[in-house]
Amino acid sequence: MSEHSTYVPGNAVEKWLDDRLPVVRFAKEHLMDFPTPKNLNYWWTFGAILVMCLGVQIVTGIILAMHYTPNVAMAFDSVEHIRRDVNGGRIIQATHAVGASMFFIALYIHMFRGLFYGSYKAPREILWILGVVIFLLTTATAFMGYILPWGQMSFWGATVISNIFTAIPLVGENIKQLVLGGFAVGNPTLNRFFSLHYLLPFIIAAVVALHIWALHVPGNNNPVGVDVKDSRDTVPFHPYYTMKDLYGMVLFMIPFAWFVFFAPDILGHADNYIMANAQVTPAHIVPEWYLLPFYTILRAIDFNILFIDSKLGGVIAMGGAMACLLVVPWLDTSKVRSGTFRPMFKWFYGLFVLNFIGLAYLGAQEAAEPYTTLAKVCTAYYFLYFLVILPVLSRIETPKPLPTSISESVLGKAHA
Amino acid sequence: MSILLMVSRAGAGSVICASYGETDLSTQAEHSSTNRRDFLFVATGAVGAVGAAAVVWPLINQLNPDASTLALASIQYDVTPIAEGQSVTIMWRGLPVFVRHRTPKEIEEAQAVPLSDLKDPETDEARTKPGHEQWLIMIANCTHLGCIPVGESGDFDGWFCPCHGSHYDSAGRIRRGPAPKNLVVPPYEFLSDTLVQIG
Repeated sequence: MSEHSTYVPGNAVEKWLDDRLPVVRFAKEHLMDFPTPKNLNYWWTFGAILVMCLGVQIVTGIILAMHYTPNVAMAFDSVEHIRRDVNGGRIIQATHAVGASMFFIALYIHMFRGLFYGSYKAPREILWILGVVIFLLTTATAFMGYILPWGQMSFWGATVISNIFTAIPLVGENIKQLVLGGFAVGNPTLNRFFSLHYLLPFIIAAVVALHIWALHVPGNNNPVGVDVKDSRDTVPFHPYYTMKDLYGMVLFMIPFAWFVFFAPDILGHADNYIMANAQVTPAHIVPEWYLLPFYTILRAIDFNILFIDSKLGGVIAMGGAMACLLVVPWLDTSKVRSGTFRPMFKWFYGLFVLNFIGLAYLGAQEAAEPYTTLAKVCTAYYFLYFLVILPVLSRIETPKPLPTSISESVLGKAHA
Repeated sequence: MSILLMVSRAGAGSVICASYGETDLSTQAEHSSTNRRDFLFVATGAVGAVGAAAVVWPLINQLNPDASTLALASIQYDVTPIAEGQSVTIMWRGLPVFVRHRTPKEIEEAQAVPLSDLKDPETDEARTKPGHEQWLIMIANCTHLGCIPVGESGDFDGWFCPCHGSHYDSAGRIRRGPAPKNLVVPPYEFLSDTLVQIG
């Protein structure tokens, strides 16, 4: 990695530091001079946007923790206290709550970008898997964060999700009690989720560091998916991509700010403004929107499969849906990375995106026809895409001719 | 057993080393693929692993239900005020519990169901106490994912869970939908004709 360095210590102090702790050299190599393909489009700005999202959540979260009380008697009121009494609390709390949704919007776009451009293919498998790990950690963090306001959806969301553990044969009930610290969701649950909700973002930050490390070994993938051949294919990260990323961030901040200022509660659920009540289940429990696709897959299995009952089956399907992401580098064996040059893949991919949105829509509907049948169809396509379509396409598809280099693809476009 | 054998061999080797000097030590080391150092390595590792587990266990076990949670394990409840056809929901161990005073029609329906119709076969008698068939006491969490089913609804004159669409009959047995089990009957007994102890 050090071969990209053009760093020459400017003076005796820098030289002294460079011989002992070369942080300036490291920053110059990885944040400024890093050779980056010159054809990256705006889909590539979401990595930087996600770093910003994590930063926003950590900063606002630390502030909220200064005013929040993790106790079943006081948690609900303390959130209202933040929104009404704390100076600027209305905006800080809204930024944190809306920020979670914006985080997931960026996360899903970032993942779908990787799925289209084959960013998971060799030599970037570890980079992709670390990304999936970040996704799972973020999901866990967001789920625990949603418990903290101690509203009806917080309580019943936690109840439904923790009951997933009881699907595990024999030890399920014990695991559930270990996780909840009681026989049902209660004060011990709230306390430990608060503790873990504070911890996990820092673990995510550490995995992000590994993710970027794994990115900087092979370098970025790019929209045409051919490897960087020489220095004409790249530009230094700074100022070309620092500026492009900053511009992407600014654009991203526009809807973010709109939600915070004008509709801070629109992405939430009205029932969560009723304090948690262990005796009344809301008529219709809906998880946060970003969990809906996986929730639909959980619910879609309402029939027994051989000796596996429907409940365990649903849990296995949901786990399997996430596991598919982990192994996709070995399911899609096509040598062509970018979907642009894969005439058949393109269509199946487009359908996969629509199907995923469909899964999200169905997760918010009640458990009745025609939604239950549609949920089964969409779940089936999700698994077909990973387990059948990708492996088969890799064998039968004839890709379009690839440009010989990034430079050629860029210049070719300009002349056309 | 084999580890013990290695020790005795390695031990013998070191004795030779002590009495006959360096040459013997090197021959011994060449001939034997395992020696005293390997044993110490394995033994230290094993003790270290046991020690680490002993330290980690309390750090995990603290997550289990604590004494104050367990102390709520047993409650008494007087069912006198509950009229026929009425249900109440009470709390036991942080869990909601249905106490339902069933009508004769409901009891009859529940007893008439053939076991072959049931997903989780259990007779109505097994779910109530003899002489107290009108009282149905069960944990109010759906056995699917824990929501509280709505009473006097569903297609089987019992409970319906709005979360994922499970139907329970008038004995709280699962009849249709994703829930795998009947609503759970907690351990309880009638201390008198009207006083019930749950837990």
